Order: sequence, then C-alpha cells, then structure tokens
Amino acid sequence: MKNVDILIIGGGPAGLAAGLSAKRNGIGNVLILERDKCLGGILNQCIHNGFGLHTFKEELTGPEYADRYVTMVRDEKVPFMLSTMVCDIAVDDDGDKIVTAMNKDEGMLKIKAKAVILAMGCRERPRGALSIPGTRPAGIFSAGTAQYYVNMEGRMPGKKIVILGSGDIGLIMARRLKLEGAEVLCVAEIRPQSGGLKRNIVQCLEDFDIPLYLNTTVTKVHGKDRVSGVTLSKVDENMNPIEGTERFVECDTLLLSCGLIPENELTTAAGAQIDPKTGGPVVDGMLQCSIPGLFACGNVLHVHELVDHVSAEAEKAGAFAADYVKGR
Amino acid sequence: MSRYDVVIVGAGVTGCAIARELARGQRNIAVLEKNADICEGTSKANSGIVHAGYDAKEGTLKAKLNVRGNEMMEELSKKLDFPFRRNGSLVLCFNEEDLPKLEVLKDRGEKNGVKDIQILSPEKVWEMEPNITHDLAGALFAPTGGIVCPFVMTEAFAENAAVNGVEFYFEKKVTSIEKSHEGFKVICGDEIFEAKAVINAAGVYADEIHNMVSDKKIKIVPRRGQYNLLDKKCGDFVDKTIFQLPSKLGKGILVTPTVHGNLLVGPTAEDLDDKSDTETTAEGMSKVFKEAALSTPDINKKMVITSFSGLRAHLDDASGKSDFNIGELSEAPGFFDVAGIESPGLSAAPAIGKFVADMVNRSFPVPNKTGFVETRVGIPNMANAGDDEREALIRRNPQFANVICRCEFVTEGEIVEAINRPVGAKTLDGIKRRTRAGMGRCQSGFCQPKVLEILERELGTDRGNICKAGKDSKILEGYTKEDSL
Repeated sequence: MKNVDILIIGGGPAGLAAGLSAKRNGIGNVLILERDKCLGGILNQCIHNGFGLHTFKEELTGPEYADRYVTMVRDEKVPFMLSTMVCDIAVDDDGDKIVTAMNKDEGMLKIKAKAVILAMGCRERPRGALSIPGTRPAGIFSAGTAQYYVNMEGRMPGKKIVILGSGDIGLIMARRLKLEGAEVLCVAEIRPQSGGLKRNIVQCLEDFDIPLYLNTTVTKVHGKDRVSGVTLSKVDENMNPIEGTERFVECDTLLLSCGLIPENELTTAAGAQIDPKTGGPVVDGMLQCSIPGLFACGNVLHVHELVDHVSAEAEKAGAFAADYVKGR
Repeated sequence: MSRYDVVIVGAGVTGCAIARELARGQRNIAVLEKNADICEGTSKANSGIVHAGYDAKEGTLKAKLNVRGNEMMEELSKKLDFPFRRNGSLVLCFNEEDLPKLEVLKDRGEKNGVKDIQILSPEKVWEMEPNITHDLAGALFAPTGGIVCPFVMTEAFAENAAVNGVEFYFEKKVTSIEKSHEGFKVICGDEIFEAKAVINAAGVYADEIHNMVSDKKIKIVPRRGQYNLLDKKCGDFVDKTIFQLPSKLGKGILVTPTVHGNLLVGPTAEDLDDKSDTETTAEGMSKVFKEAALSTPDINKKMVITSFSGLRAHLDDASGKSDFNIGELSEAPGFFDVAGIESPGLSAAPAIGKFVADMVNRSFPVPNKTGFVETRVGIPNMANAGDDEREALIRRNPQFANVICRCEFVTEGEIVEAINRPVGAKTLDGIKRRTRAGMGRCQSGFCQPKVLEILERELGTDRGNICKAGKDSKILEGYTKEDSL
C-alpha cells in the first residue's frame, strides 16, 4: 500500500489548486489522482475566454487557465497520476483514509492518506430530472456534452437548435454553435431571469440576435428517431405551464443547460454528511466534511459561478488539509 | 432467397426465448426483427416484474405460463446469467370493505399453484415495509414474486440462441407472408425468407403478421404504460414489489425496486391507436406519482432520473377472455401465433418458449442436436465485483480499468464485450441495455461521447454513423464549420 500525507481526488481546477497549495504549505507527500488521461478537467473543453480575471488579472481561455496550473504543478513537482479512477474511500481505526483506485498498469491499488481532498467537480442535470414529456429520440444533449462534441471532436450535435436553460454553459454554447454554422433558434428559461452571467447574455445572445424567452419551458419533445421539434409554453409564477400558450418550434436538437449537480458518489460512500440544499458535503469553516481529515472544494462542494472562485477555495482547502496533517 | 426450417418474427423476450428452446432441435432457425436490435419493443419498457401468478384467471394460459415461468426463473437466471431477485410482492388493500377481494386473489393464486401466499395484517406489512401507507386494511403477500432485468434476460436468450446456431436479422420488417409449397414465404421488402414454420412473436404488431395469413382477423390494441424511474439513492425505499388492489380509483400503480437498485413507479394504462406512440405525457407522469402516493405517501418525486413508456400488446378479444393467444392456425398449418403477450408476458417468457417449442416439435418433429450449449456467462460486471475480481479482470484486459460511465461504474472492457459478443450491440441504446452505461443519474451526459468513440473503433465505422436506436437516429450531424456564417 502506498502512503501519502494528502491525497487529492480530481485533477481539474479544484484539484490542481488544492495540490499546489498543500505542497506550498509544507506537505511534500501529496498525490493528485485524475480519472482522465490529462489534467485540467472540464476547462479543456471550455475554449471560450473569460477565465482568470481574478486569479491572473488577465482574460484567458479555459485550456490556457488550466495550463497555468498544470505548469505550476509540474514545475513545483506536485505528484499526480492520470487515468486512475477512485472507487472507494474508507476510514481506518487511526482515522487514516484508505482509498481504493484502479488503473490499467497497476490494476487495483490501495493508498493510505492522512487527509483526502475531494475535488471531483459536478455533472449536468439530465432531461429525466426535468420531467419533460414527449418522445425519447436522438438529438437531446446536455450543453456540456454538446460542448465536448464541438470543441474536442469538431462534430456538430445538430443544425437547428433550441436551448433550454440559460445557465452559462447554455449561453456559451448558443454562441459557439452559431459560430460553427448551426441555426440557434432560441434559449428558453423557465425562471423570470437568466441564471447566467450578464456578460454572457450580452456577448453570447444579444450580439448574435438569439432570442431569450423568459418564463418559458419545453413542455413536449417531438420526433420518433431524431428530434423534430419542441413545444414551448409560458409558465406561471409557480413555474407551471400555462395552457393555451403552447407553440411548436421545429428543430433537430434540444440542448439542456438546467443546472449542475455536485458529483458526490464517493463522498456518500465514505459516509460523509450531504447538504440537501447544495448537493455537496456539509463542511465546517475549514472546508472539512463530517469526517475528520476529509476536505472538499470546488464544484463538488457547491456549484461555483467562476473558476477563479474554485481555485481560491481549493487553495484554502489545500492549506487547511496541510494544517490538519501537521497537527496530527 | 434464404431457406430455414423456422422463421420467428420478432426479437423481443418472447421471440428470443422461443428461439433458444427451438435451437435444441436439429433445425435452421432465423429471427427477423424490424428494429436494429433485440429488445426494442415491449420488452424494453415494462415493470421488470416476475409475477407470482395470482392475477390471471384460473385455467388460462396466462395463469399457467406465469406460474411455470416464475418457477423456471431462478434456475434459468443462473444458467443464462441474468439478474433476478425473488423479492416478494405485496398487494395492498386500502379499505376494510375491499378485504374480501384479497381473499379472492389468494384463492385464485392457490388454484393457479402459487406457493406460500398469505394475507397479512397492516402491522405485519409495516414491519416488512415501513414506508407503506398507514391507511391500510391488509395485504396479500406472495414470497415468490420477483424482479428481473428485462434487457439482460432478452439478451441472454438471444445470445444463447445464437451460440446454438440461430441466425438473427435486423431491420427486416415483414411486409407480407405467402403460403408456398415448402410452407411460407416471409417477405421483407425485396428479401424473401422461406420457412416450413413461422412463429409470430411480433408483440404489438402480432395482429398485422397474423392477418397476413389468416382471414380470421385479430386486433392488438397498444396499451401504453408510463413509468418514472428514480435514483438509486431511493432504491431501498421499498424491498418488495408493491401493488394495489384494483379499485374504483383504477387498476393501480406499482412501486418496486429494480434488480439494479433503482426505484420504479408506474405504469399507466392508456389504450391507443398508434403502435409506435411511446411518448410520455405530463398527465401520465403526475398520475403515476399521485397514485403511487396511495401506497407510499413519502415517495420523493424529485429523485426521478428518467421517464419512459412502453406499449402492452393487448388482444382486443370480443369474448373478453383476454388471454395469451398461442397456437398453430388451423387455416394456416405451420403458422404459430404467439400474440397478446401482455402482462405477465415477461414472467411467462421462459415457459412460453418451452410451450411453443413443444407445439412446434409436435408438428415438425426433429431429433435433438448434440452439443446444445445450455449455459451462458454474461458480460463481467465491474460495479458489482469485489477488489480481487476487479484486479483479475484488469489483468486479463486493462480496458476494465477504464471507467466510461461514472454513474453506473461501467468500464471500457464491458462495453467492448457488449459489442463483440454474439448478437452484439451496435447502437447507443444497445450498449445501455447490455451494460447500463448511460442508465444512471446523468443519463449518458458524460459517457455518450466516449461510448461513441468505442463503437466507432470496434465497429470500424465513423462515429457520425452511429445511432441511438434505429437508422434514422444518428447522434451527430456532420462537422463544425461545414456551413458557417
């Protein structure tokens, strides 16, 4: 069994900043475990700019922002392992964490850590969670999945697009798809105001004449094999569709940008308490979960608006975890 | 023209179970399926329940084959390696005045040969299932009730049939059937399959297939059932399958754990005209919860991860018998109907397979083949494996270390196997049903591009050609900047 002082689960923006911070705070024996084959997490597919204004005082794209951290991690020799999936976190009698992980070269591995920092990020809310009636054809994507196809693979998820939800990923994808040659018909938002940043409303929708329909939702998906259209309806103040306001919009694709859910399978399996409001673990002022020595930061804790805030929080988590290890 | 001894129309659970049983004999068998994969109709969208057998009227085929299918299920699930659990079922009775109806059900069950059924007091029920309503008069408990994975069960029958020589053809929609001196010509557009015997296991389309050879027309009414599937976080909300006694409020909605640990509520019952209408509706989805709340008031609607609906193949029978319609047609000897296979069709499937095979054997006897393969080993399951088993799988094939679907913990190794096995997956939905990749709480948001990449590599086709299900359901639509501003 491998022994480390601090193990960080996830090599996205939170994990990278936490690892660096732990190292800078005097704990050399740290290890970042990343599931993917490269560091950087979701930033790698966020090729638009707007990142780093707080952290680096300049405007960067997602991959550039990630690269700044990856470079620091390499320069400062923070150890990491790629293509390694964490399967389980257990706590032994001494309070040490026994983390089970797996990868192609080593098979199953056990790592004993004095402290663990959770930095697994979040995932998107799917259609099912929104209970949109209708058919179940191809052509329904979460905005992030569409972003992966477009930015990482150069593929189009469709050509005539309706976006439900005006979260930032939805707004960014409205512009991206338009730039890549798709027709973006509208963005529908069930609430009376957009959940996205003001600058994204202006730069991604207004500048491209993409309409934003507030108090509006999709009440039916049409199409047997591929999406052939959606029904949009106005909603009342309780977000219930108003009868008689339905209208059909012909499209081949529905993108969903309806919120993110912290990814806490491991947190739950470890036995840490979850806050039903945020979907993330309950933490104290030191970002420590209900299990001593288990810390959390970034979108696994709660969904952040800006990656800069994720980095700042993760830096704190790294420092708190270092203090915890020194104090034991 | 291809010649077979037997052509089976339909690769749902019934058709595949029949194919496997018939493959014991020395005969050539083809299964024709209009969709791109097995398990694309009623078999993929149902309750996943193995009924105990007290529902159907005594003496009916439904009763007989349900009870027999239930008895066969345990051994078969081991032989063919599909998930099955005998969790037991409860039928709740909410009013004192309806209690005699529980007795009727118990009587019928006993006459049908259902073992160990008993009527329980509310206290006993609450002890068993603390989340059940306190407005309860009593319940019928059937310990032999169970739950099964309908997808893997169908896959298991199909795979084992294929290993034993059955040939599967997909995207072959039967357009007409003609009698010939050999037996029948089953025509799929410009392709002809000649067969001595034809088995009609076409689900909701069984009437159309039947009516191609018979003047005694039958009619199947697609009866839609809508379901909500809940997150695994509430998989232990109930342990048993909870039914309701049919009452003036309707036929009742069931609440059940699935064999994979989710919670399933449904179905509605709506008679439709359109045999492809598997839409969900806002009314249906809320009705399901409203009626489920009668059984379990604290059910958490917010935990829905997906909704779906399926069509039961309900035989519109003037006699009102409403039984399975299984038999050789006197007006077309060699043509066997397996029609009206609605609930408890899934439970009965193993018994239907045997029953139909016996019937075909009587009319078309052949010697048994030597070397029939009885068993099948399923796709390894990393999610349920212990550390040692995981280690061994990774050593055998490092792809088992590469997790593709995080929600359900499905690895590249499992997906590659699902593609390369007999009757392998070719579509996104095919992968999902065989491995559960995309079946979890993010509903394929994360794993879909990775699954496409694996399908592309293993099938040797561009990912742009890969479909969700049928050939008109491609996932991707060309390249970026193809027609830019």
